[in-house]
Amino acid sequence: MTNRHMDERADDLTLWPAMRRHTQARIGLGRAGSALPTRHRLELQTAHAAARDAVHSPFDAAAVAAGLAGLPTVRVRSAAPDRLTYLQRPDLGRRLDATDRAHLPVGEWDVVFVIADGLSSRAVHEHAAAVVRATAARLTGWTIAPVVLAEQARVALGDDIAAAMGAATVVVLVGERPGMSAADSLGAYLTYRPVPGVTTDADRNCLSNIRPPLGLTYEGAAGKLAALMGRARELGVTGVGLKDESGDGDVSERLL
Amino acid sequence: MSTYTSTLGGRTYTFGTLARLLAAAGPERSGDRLAGLAAESAQERVAARWALAEVPLAAFLAEPLIPYETDDVTRLILDTHDAAAFAPVSGMTVGGFREWLLSEAADAETLAAVSPGLTPEVVAAVSKLMGNADLVAVARKVRVVTAFRSTIGLPGRLATRLQPNHPTDDPAGVAAALLDGLLLGSGDAVLGINPATDSPKAVRDLLELLDGVIQRYAIPTQSCVLSHVTTSVDLMARGAPVDLVFQSIAGTQAANASFGVTLGLLDEAYEAARELDRGTVGKNVMYFETGQGSALSANAHHGVDQQTVEARAYAVARRYQPLLVNTVVGFIGPEYLYDGRQILRAALEDHLCGKLLGLPMGLDICYTNHADADDDDIATMLTMLGVAGASFVICTPGGDDIMLNYQSASYHDALYLREVLGLRPAPEFEAWLESIGLLDERGSIRDVSGTAHPLTAIGKELAA
Repeated sequence: MTNRHMDERADDLTLWPAMRRHTQARIGLGRAGSALPTRHRLELQTAHAAARDAVHSPFDAAAVAAGLAGLPTVRVRSAAPDRLTYLQRPDLGRRLDATDRAHLPVGEWDVVFVIADGLSSRAVHEHAAAVVRATAARLTGWTIAPVVLAEQARVALGDDIAAAMGAATVVVLVGERPGMSAADSLGAYLTYRPVPGVTTDADRNCLSNIRPPLGLTYEGAAGKLAALMGRARELGVTGVGLKDESGDGDVSERLL
Repeated sequence: MSTYTSTLGGRTYTFGTLARLLAAAGPERSGDRLAGLAAESAQERVAARWALAEVPLAAFLAEPLIPYETDDVTRLILDTHDAAAFAPVSGMTVGGFREWLLSEAADAETLAAVSPGLTPEVVAAVSKLMGNADLVAVARKVRVVTAFRSTIGLPGRLATRLQPNHPTDDPAGVAAALLDGLLLGSGDAVLGINPATDSPKAVRDLLELLDGVIQRYAIPTQSCVLSHVTTSVDLMARGAPVDLVFQSIAGTQAANASFGVTLGLLDEAYEAARELDRGTVGKNVMYFETGQGSALSANAHHGVDQQTVEARAYAVARRYQPLLVNTVVGFIGPEYLYDGRQILRAALEDHLCGKLLGLPMGLDICYTNHADADDDDIATMLTMLGVAGASFVICTPGGDDIMLNYQSASYHDALYLREVLGLRPAPEFEAWLESIGLLDERGSIRDVSGTAHPLTAIGKELAA
């Protein structure tokens, strides 16, 4: 069996490139003894380093605010005082710092946008302001609260923020957990009339993988979000009771 | 209920329940801190260990951590307890039990005989008094052998799960990763895919693909598409080629409910898979995955520390004499296991506890990008688990799973482990590797990269 196929050697040299068209998996890497060749070992480390830096880079709220084209902003911190605590205590990342809660403006807002660093400040720096601008531009007649820039924040911090400000709907734009192929993926979570501690992830609608040009585009995300927000307001519900009917709405299981 | 006390440095520490005592005795672990169960100080932790060392093993049968009336895992543990098997160790304290496990008296036969008398709480308790070296030394004495088309767990063997996942279940993409793994000698534990969706059609397509490859190349291994147990039951009824039934399980009734699983459902699936009788050298038909933190994450831990709840999942598993069980040890994230050190410790604990309870324990040695761990931690864990005698490890292309977005061991890592520890594949699979020219004269996996091999037809056809 083996000998019969030995004359196919030349074919095999083109096999892996052909197969890589079907998968991003790290296949056909070759061997250095039992181990990976140096180049592939360094490529893995390169991808991991980008992911680690995305998780640990500080949130630059001023830079995000500058990208919001004059929309008013307010800065808050969660109850997690630093990154190490944030990573180990998701409960603290879902609650507002008490002082910052007291400083939030209160009003009759239809919606508040929360830009939350989540697990990738890089994703937020690169994409969040553009998504807010594109979405806000589609919300004719909506009363939009100042954009909240939230540090050491998880998705459910938006519940606390919306309740404190009196906003009916909250849209949290959050840096998703970085993978080896993408460290800049932004998620958007929509929740109607959240109640801190009561609202669960099943009460939210989610768009994930916002990262043009490889993932969802800003206009694509804004269109889906604005449509979902309109229907959420009509039906008075988000989550499993509200489906994205605009196409391939990607409900992520990777809720933060 | 008793209370437990010990005095350390002039201060007396009191632990109100056995659950509190166990939690405080555990090593520093982010998940127990998150749950509010961890020791408040290093001294309190050691005080708890002094107190735990004096607790008689029989206390764990007398004082269930989670009430019998409200939890079917507790009922399973107590109702199936084998008092006769327990008798030789029933008079020991936890501290004495540790010393006995480490002694020559506890050899493979003795440990196998005692196993049905051990409960998850007993093995979790003793592991809390053990160092990493103890966890290795005892585990390597335990022998658990299971079989379907290959035999898992024989001395001097290490099997691997080949995990050719693809984000959209694309058949050509799966086939490419499958070929890569087979050419690197992987797949004797199972060819196992985590599907991107749980749709019966998609799962069946993947099952047919794997079954086709196994049949065509006469590979002595088994396939599994890790769908929900109800999907497997449905597909078996409709004649799909289901070798192993998979399910994620946890250590409490409520946590299992969060997975959509009951013992009754598992019973039904087990019976159905046994009836199919697709194995050739054995009849173990179940595959379970577990992992510390799943009960807490489902808010279903009942104030029990995450390692002890994890061990209770093994009581669920052993009811079904599974072919394979693995803990997915670093997958859940840093809020449960913060860094490489915590993940390693958990891996060694889970491996030993599973083995002592009679399970064919393997591991998904892994981490996510927000945990403080890297490929050096994979190498350290893999080496220690290899020495400890793990039944199998999960392997992915280049150590990077592009569907589940985490890093695990690579096919290369398994080659390394087999090389440095002299471990060989499952015997049936080893003979098959030999028959297709993938073994060199020393019995190692031949490097065929850049050359043709009959298996490459898999890729050519599916990539075409």
